Amino acid sequence: MTCDRRILGALAAGACLSLLPATAWAMHISEGILPVGWAAGWFTVALPFVAWGVRDIRRQSKENPHYKSLAGLMGAAVFVISCLPIPVPGTGSCAHPTGTGLAAIFIGPAPTVVMAAIALALQALFMSHGGLSTLGANIVSMGIGGAFTGYYAFRLCRGLGMPAWGAAFLAGLLSDWATYTLTSLELAGALADPANFLKMLATILLAFVPTQVPLGILEGFISAGAYSFILFRRPDLLLLLMKETTR
Amino acid sequence: MRKSVSATAAVLLLCLPGVLLAGGGSWTGVDETVVERYAAEAGRPAREPIINTDQGDLLLFVFALAGAGGGFVAGYYFHDLFGRRESKAEDEKGV
Repeated sequence: MTCDRRILGALAAGACLSLLPATAWAMHISEGILPVGWAAGWFTVALPFVAWGVRDIRRQSKENPHYKSLAGLMGAAVFVISCLPIPVPGTGSCAHPTGTGLAAIFIGPAPTVVMAAIALALQALFMSHGGLSTLGANIVSMGIGGAFTGYYAFRLCRGLGMPAWGAAFLAGLLSDWATYTLTSLELAGALADPANFLKMLATILLAFVPTQVPLGILEGFISAGAYSFILFRRPDLLLLLMKETTR
Repeated sequence: MRKSVSATAAVLLLCLPGVLLAGGGSWTGVDETVVERYAAEAGRPAREPIINTDQGDLLLFVFALAGAGGGFVAGYYFHDLFGRRESKAEDEKGV
């Protein structure tokens, strides 16, 4: 119960931070940055994953009565976490976690892409955060990159015999870093001429390092804490979900 | 180990407001310092959003609304998933 209270305290502190009046964003690529061809290309990559996710949500909702509730909880978590600017000590900058690695562990990677797409669309439409023309690229980096990296990192670590909390930590950490790596790739691909692609990719990646290294670690702790909490409170639910999402 | 992980996470989160106050930087987001900076240098500056809520306190309103809405949805489903055990136990105790 003490552990339970500590985790609830951490979540409450996180919720309080979301109320701080800061207007700082992170990995979302803003409106108009990507040329039309690149923007359309990233939409083309994202759409099949979104369709896969919608089909997966329908199937799992029919088979598991708790699935819709968990998907709703994870969708809300992805939305709130991905618009939560966190100040990074020493850099004077803010960046945000993504929450997609955490969500993918519980509801599967393809449904997480749908949750990320909804969150990103709402942020682009009403919160001046990201953009509609860059939505496809943002879904690919945060939704697809974050979710699939987190999910397979978790499964690989569990397969190698790592404790669940450690696997969840790495899932959160690697999903965050994968998101920012993909964002760098998207930017360098669209903005640099082919001869300078690697140089620009390295420059953007290095620029993300000071904020994303500590933030990825924080995201790892958030994932490990959330996983431990559910394992403590509803181990039955976790077993059922693992069976469903590993099919 | 689980306890230490959650305790560390709680400490990290609780330290953040202090960091906010103590920091000397402008706390600009990395989208401005990295994404938009390199895009502008490459001749692709960011355009104004289609619905521009970044005007005065409008953005604060939108973010407060989003936080409240997101928090309500999360709380609703959280209760659905995790609130039942305690309610059941209370019922059995006759509370």
